[in-house]
Amino acid sequence: MEIQIAGHHLELTAERAVFWAEEEALILSDTHFGKGGHFRKAGIAVPNLVQDRDLAQLEILVKRFQPKEMIIVGDMFHSHANRELEKFATWRQQVASLKITLVEGNHDILPKGFYKKNKIELEQDGWQKRPFTFSHHPPDNKSGSFTFSGHLHPGVLVNGGGKRRLRLPCYWFSDNCVVLPAFSLFTGLYIIEPKPDDKIIAVVEDELIEINNF
Amino acid sequence: MKNTRGYKIALDWFHQKDQRPFPFQAEVWQHFLDGKHGLLNAPTGYGKTFALLFPVLIEFINENEDWQKKKKNGLQLLWITPLRALAKDIHQAIGEVCSEMGLTWQVGLRSGDTPASQRQKQKRQMPEILVITPESLHLLIASKKHESFFKNLKGVVVDEWHELLGSKRGVLVELALSRLKAISNANGVTASSGNTVAGRLLRTWGISATIGNLEEAGKVLLGNDHIGSVTVRTKKKKKTIIKSILPDEIERFPWSGHLGIRLLDKVYPLIQQSNTTLIFTNTRSQSEIWFHALLDAHPDLAGVLALHHGSIDRKLRDWVEVALSEGTLKAVVCTSSLDLGVDFRPVDTVIQVGSPRGVARFLQRAGRSGHSPGAVSKIYFLPTHSLELAEAAALKQAVAQQTVEHRLPHVQCFDVLVQYLCTLAVGDGFKPDDVLPEIMSTHCYQHMTYDEWEWTLAFISTGGTLDAYEEYQRVEIGEDGIWRITQRRTAMRHRLHIGTIVSDAVMQVKYMSRGYIGTVEEWFISKLKRGDKFTLAGRTLEFVKIKDMTVYVKRAKSNKKAKVPAWLGGRIPLSSYLGKTLRDVYRQAAHDEFSSPEIKKLAPLFSLQKERSAIPKEGETLIEYIKTRDGYHLFVYPFEGRLVHEVMASLLAYRLGQLQPLTFSIAMNDYGFELLSDQPIPFSPESATNLFSTDQLFEDIQKSINAAEMARRKFRDIAVIAGLIFQGYPGKHKKGKHLQSSSTLIFNVLSDYDPDNLLLKQAYQEVFDFQLEEARLRSALERITSGNILFQQPKKLTPLSFPIKVDSLRGSLSSEKLAARVKRMQLQAG
Repeated sequence: MEIQIAGHHLELTAERAVFWAEEEALILSDTHFGKGGHFRKAGIAVPNLVQDRDLAQLEILVKRFQPKEMIIVGDMFHSHANRELEKFATWRQQVASLKITLVEGNHDILPKGFYKKNKIELEQDGWQKRPFTFSHHPPDNKSGSFTFSGHLHPGVLVNGGGKRRLRLPCYWFSDNCVVLPAFSLFTGLYIIEPKPDDKIIAVVEDELIEINNF
Repeated sequence: MKNTRGYKIALDWFHQKDQRPFPFQAEVWQHFLDGKHGLLNAPTGYGKTFALLFPVLIEFINENEDWQKKKKNGLQLLWITPLRALAKDIHQAIGEVCSEMGLTWQVGLRSGDTPASQRQKQKRQMPEILVITPESLHLLIASKKHESFFKNLKGVVVDEWHELLGSKRGVLVELALSRLKAISNANGVTASSGNTVAGRLLRTWGISATIGNLEEAGKVLLGNDHIGSVTVRTKKKKKTIIKSILPDEIERFPWSGHLGIRLLDKVYPLIQQSNTTLIFTNTRSQSEIWFHALLDAHPDLAGVLALHHGSIDRKLRDWVEVALSEGTLKAVVCTSSLDLGVDFRPVDTVIQVGSPRGVARFLQRAGRSGHSPGAVSKIYFLPTHSLELAEAAALKQAVAQQTVEHRLPHVQCFDVLVQYLCTLAVGDGFKPDDVLPEIMSTHCYQHMTYDEWEWTLAFISTGGTLDAYEEYQRVEIGEDGIWRITQRRTAMRHRLHIGTIVSDAVMQVKYMSRGYIGTVEEWFISKLKRGDKFTLAGRTLEFVKIKDMTVYVKRAKSNKKAKVPAWLGGRIPLSSYLGKTLRDVYRQAAHDEFSSPEIKKLAPLFSLQKERSAIPKEGETLIEYIKTRDGYHLFVYPFEGRLVHEVMASLLAYRLGQLQPLTFSIAMNDYGFELLSDQPIPFSPESATNLFSTDQLFEDIQKSINAAEMARRKFRDIAVIAGLIFQGYPGKHKKGKHLQSSSTLIFNVLSDYDPDNLLLKQAYQEVFDFQLEEARLRSALERITSGNILFQQPKKLTPLSFPIKVDSLRGSLSSEKLAARVKRMQLQAG
């Protein structure tokens, strides 16, 4: 699904990432790499295929769009180091020419050396790449330029027919900001309370559907 | 036995009280002394405690010349009870008997309420008798050198076994017993006196109220020890009087509803006439509403009317219970929270508001009145909508025929097994080959395959049999071949999680000043704004703020516009027995046999049902097809309880969806279910044979969306019990850092990446055994297809269909693709 903001072309995908055509950049959020490993280390048996699938998905996107840059608006890594991150590092080497920029999120607590080693540039909330702003946390003050953010793992409740309500991950456009859906499948949903003027694009299996009634 | 010293001393004790042992008590004593295991079937209030306390005392006195001397005898008798409140009561009773008989024994109590200092003291020197809950027993097994606590044990008694049997707490008991037996077998020969008397080894006894499958209950409790065991029954039967509270005019009584407030005025005189009345409601919010309504209508009850339910703070509940036994209360509005527990002698009247949904539960509640042996129990049935009166007639009929429900034991619970193995690993550690025979000796795991055992071991050590659990750390295998949990944090987390009672996400409610009131569920509070009023524990409270997972409130000045919190919780479906009896009551009505006052009262309603549609006779199943503004409704009335109806509805919707793509909304109550569609439903009486067929039953249910949804719901408990979800530290509500996840998320991940995971399969199995009650569903379908379909197309809603349409739980089922459905709904609404 293609949209235009500030004259720039943005392709929204059902894989939960946005391709910014002018800059040839892939924008995504909340990949939570290493989350399964963190759980397993604590004695909670979550299969590591979850991250394998997330990485495979990313690979597909990289092949499809051939981006020069990847911008992750926070929570790229879930917690402390574990072996799942080594798998990430292996993948990183395969796409060595890709520039990766991470706007640090609350989960990104790894030592700085790790980012350096994996050639990930760190930025803070409010980072600018014209004409857009990138912040992990959705900004309180939305008067600046259009902002890409994450953190919430937005989900929307929609009528699924027969008096049933479905919970779907979504892109949430509100005022001058979009909150991206969490990229990782091993994440929960936070059900948003949209305002009447908000625009909501839900991910329904492998399709994107604009939700007008919420 | 009769000539022994111990028996004479026991008899003296009875004589001092001007009593004699009942024949069944003496019978149990003899069996116990003969070394037999067994099950005692006795109602409460008939001396069951003495039946199983005395034989251990008698044996000890017989075998020890110096029985009056204070010695370190170690634990002799373990008394397992499901309720802390009961534990306290029994602890006191046992203590009194021991000291009156001149025994210098220590009698201990160990439950979640026992202070840490006391627990430490017990571990250093075990009392001779310990009253304990299943969870505390597992915690004891989780401590180092636990074998030494139990090596002198002579008897273990499981009280209220019928209560534990149908739940996973029963499995906890089975596993703990298997451990105790193994310890006893290893130590039995070298017991204190050196003799190998027949009765030396550990004897296991259960105490159970009457249930449909008493024999099976014995087998489950005793595992492979049930051969040669005995069942002792008291001859005494309790007399129960059942009366319905009838509305004056049935024509003006509502067709639907679940509160019953309309008949409030008929309750007040009953309270007046009685000494103390218990008013049972089916849900916690209903009890709050009744409490306020009674007080509003009859302010003179202030101070002598109390409220009791599971979300009220423990201290307040304790206060109510004490006041009940002291007789200072006139009435208590309560829920199943008072089904069990200590006897309240002043209670002489019980009122059941709405359907109790089962004969056993109804009798249990009736039994809360007239507690002393020989006394009569009296219970009033108060209907919440008109057709519920037919249930009163059915209950009377069932009680007269003495049919009581079965309690289905859990089998193959891998979540509990995972927890138990971790419990052993936290304590002294275990060797798989040593514990396997113990575990296989239980009823729950007797049919476990080697593959399943291997999977369970893999799950706790490497995460699973898949090569997909890198860096997993839980149980480690030492070089000595012993499996242990060595990580301190993992061990601590495990100890906090022992048990199978999974609580909902609740928040504590506390006054700004101080003092806890109870708990409410998170979703209820999330809808409140500062200043909003709600009721809890019978008080009207004003919401102030939320801080640290605690809801702060202050007393509200008036109770106007106060919301009543709702607690989601297992609503119990109509039992199979009651359903069957109810169908018989309808058959009587169809033939104009007005044999009971309830059916007589309902006569106008029955004739309206006949006029608009029909009443099913024997062998008939009524199906109504009605078109209203909402769409096309298909109502089916199997009278098999809400859960079976939910599955049957999904099945029917799925099979109809095979004929053409349709989206259905599904609704059900205990009498029937409804399929609602915005398009005409292709149903005809001729197609019923295929639509209700048992062919491909399993496959068709699997394919219907609801199987996955139901399994997902069941998985929540499983995930918590097996330690897949960390619930946080009790009271602190602080979750583990970066370890938050939901059972839904884990369910989805496992479904996608480890579909052979046994815990996942267990979720589906539990759906089949308990939710769908597969056996019951199958026989219901056979009954429908072998009988006649009574197909009606009424112009208007009927007395039977109305309550299903108006207030019932809804779900949906669709054969359309998800995306197509969302698009269509967006289009329709736009």
